[in-house]
Amino acid sequence: MNTELIGIIATFLLTLVIAIPLGKYLAKVFAGEKVWTDFLKPLENGIYKLSGINIKEQMNWKQQLKALLTINILWLVYGFFVLIFQDKLPFNPDGNPGMTPDLAFNTIISFVANCNLQHYSGESGVSYLTQQFVLMFLQFVSAATGIAAAVVLFKAFRDKTTTQLGNFWEFFVRAITRLLLPLSIVMALILTFNGTPASYDGKDQFVSVQGDTVNVSRGPAAQLIAIKHLGTNGGGYFGANSAHPFENPSYLTNMVEMIAQVIIPIAMIIAFGYFIRRKKLAWTIFGVMTIGLFMLMIPTLSSELGGNPALAKMGISQATGAMEGKEVRFGPAATAYWSTLTTVISTGSVNGMHDSTMPLTGLWQLLAMMINGFYGGCGVGLLNYFIYLIIAVFISGLMVGRTPEFLGHKVEAREIKIAAIITLLSPFLILAGTAISSYVFTNHGDAAWAVQPKAWLNNPGFHGFSEMLYEVTSSNANNGSGFEGLGDNNVFWNVLTGVIIFLGRFLPIIGPVAIAGLLGAKKFIPESAGTLKTDTKTFALMTFAVILVLNALSYFPALALGPLAEYFTQLR
Amino acid sequence: MKKYIIQSIRLTLVLIVLLCIIYPISIALAGKLSKGNGGGEKIAKNGKTVGYSLLGQSFTKPEYFWGRPSAVGYNAAGSAGSNKGPSNPDYLKEVQSRIDTLLKYNPALKKSDIPADMVTASGSGLDPNISEQGAAIQIARVAKTRNISEEKVKELVAVNTLKPLMGLFGPSSVNVLKLNLALDNL
Repeated sequence: MNTELIGIIATFLLTLVIAIPLGKYLAKVFAGEKVWTDFLKPLENGIYKLSGINIKEQMNWKQQLKALLTINILWLVYGFFVLIFQDKLPFNPDGNPGMTPDLAFNTIISFVANCNLQHYSGESGVSYLTQQFVLMFLQFVSAATGIAAAVVLFKAFRDKTTTQLGNFWEFFVRAITRLLLPLSIVMALILTFNGTPASYDGKDQFVSVQGDTVNVSRGPAAQLIAIKHLGTNGGGYFGANSAHPFENPSYLTNMVEMIAQVIIPIAMIIAFGYFIRRKKLAWTIFGVMTIGLFMLMIPTLSSELGGNPALAKMGISQATGAMEGKEVRFGPAATAYWSTLTTVISTGSVNGMHDSTMPLTGLWQLLAMMINGFYGGCGVGLLNYFIYLIIAVFISGLMVGRTPEFLGHKVEAREIKIAAIITLLSPFLILAGTAISSYVFTNHGDAAWAVQPKAWLNNPGFHGFSEMLYEVTSSNANNGSGFEGLGDNNVFWNVLTGVIIFLGRFLPIIGPVAIAGLLGAKKFIPESAGTLKTDTKTFALMTFAVILVLNALSYFPALALGPLAEYFTQLR
Repeated sequence: MKKYIIQSIRLTLVLIVLLCIIYPISIALAGKLSKGNGGGEKIAKNGKTVGYSLLGQSFTKPEYFWGRPSAVGYNAAGSAGSNKGPSNPDYLKEVQSRIDTLLKYNPALKKSDIPADMVTASGSGLDPNISEQGAAIQIARVAKTRNISEEKVKELVAVNTLKPLMGLFGPSSVNVLKLNLALDNL
């Protein structure tokens, strides 16, 4: 077997070796049990004290959501103004301009929402101040928000009947002090000592061997790149994201970054099982998600390693696979592996350009983001999957003619309505968003925006359509990767994707937390022979079928117009 | 509600101190101990900086090994890939012309020996590496232009080839800048 394939297998195994113990640790951290990191308690107590927070105060699900939304809105306001005025604020050694209001609107929503879609380029669009005090700050706290929301859901199912779901601030702060910050320190050091810049030196200039004068963008990148992956954020320090040799200097750092972005999403699933004392349920969920991951990854590998048929016709050698938009130090296998990970999880960082991948690879990337529940983002992945579980419980209940139950609580009309709305939200946002942009592209090509609609697409034909579909899908999934050929820094795309990201972030957090809160408050029904068990293989298959059917029905037509049409044209 | 607003403001301020000041500055200080002092490792020739080991630069003269095509012309003030789709006709023409250029400057070269990385743009536009095969097809040209034996050049390529991580993981690669500096030092 070749070293490129061995590399990705080793990466996946290492991921599990780290993620599974991490999950058990997290279950203890959030349950308040003794763990070895308890020496950080004084730090946490200091934070609570300075913030005027009493963690003994219990919150119900509505209070949890109020606290969550309040602090998130505060960040939106704070970040928006810093981005607009960054040219007048200090720490801007490269003299970059302030953002336009529409770009700032898009950027701040994107980072508060853990999406990190970027319509600017890191080198020329932001200052060192905004990189650290807005963007990196939000990468920490948006990930912690997702994790804390998931812990609220954990709490709802731990005890038989409860409305007391713990303290939001405590979960939120602990997600940072016990998880995100320590791991970020370790990872930032690994990156720094492998070549990623970490200092505050500004742009450098040198004269190359052949005599060209070259400017080099630098800055404190390692710190941001660590949390960008651990927090499944994905927003790069440099424009080319993790394809940039400074962001990702070697195959070793590439492995580290690929592992870092998956460990917390996997750990959260394991933590869920240990926290509610139903380990088998966690392993069943993990099993379904892992099978889903492989079903997307294997065809992706096959389409990338096969190379571009159009280049094959020209008679060159594509011994290792397709290379457009990829880096030699990673090779096509690790880039294909990354492209699946970054789309099933909502990271959205890239180590190769998705716009240049093969048509079928694009199909799998899109599908992964549409499903958005195989591992998924920090905390929110589990929330998304929870909705699928509720729908699966409901449909199974109808099939056997019994009142559906989930973990000992009756699932009734109100919960199903919420789950249905959240399920329908994604296709609505994705399809309506793509339809509006296609309409504007075809009918208003001359609109006087920063990038005219007729100049949006970097590629003609079906691939151009895929560029728009990808942008909208990525926004809804809070993913943040892009078919970057799209001319997206103009008022249309900034506003459209800003709104989609906002709805695609907060409704899928509010929905599951509300359902969990409602269910947790209901009378506990002990398990009997008639109970539909949710940790069996049969139910796992049922969930898988629900995920497949829902997404296939919603998205097949759009996918047929984009990547599938391009694929079949290429075959001709 | 008002309570949450005040708590949010205070918590945000405390976390900004921890996450945006203490954390990044500690890492930056630790980075001073790394190669390149946390500002990127530089490479010098005769005492003068001629580049960064991680950043590719443009080589077009026949006596140097060439790097990969770049969508940003190796201008490290920015970074980007071409974002050209696999079936884009303009893109395919571009690749064809790169193949023709390679064939023109390397007369002994067979088309089927050209590896994909030499005719496709990298993701960052700053890829410092080419594949082993990408170096191999240029050996004859470099040796002839420099009037040295192919054996000697082959040796240098071998010395400057980075093998897979621990001999097991990932592809091997050749750092173009380091290889070319080694040639100049002969």
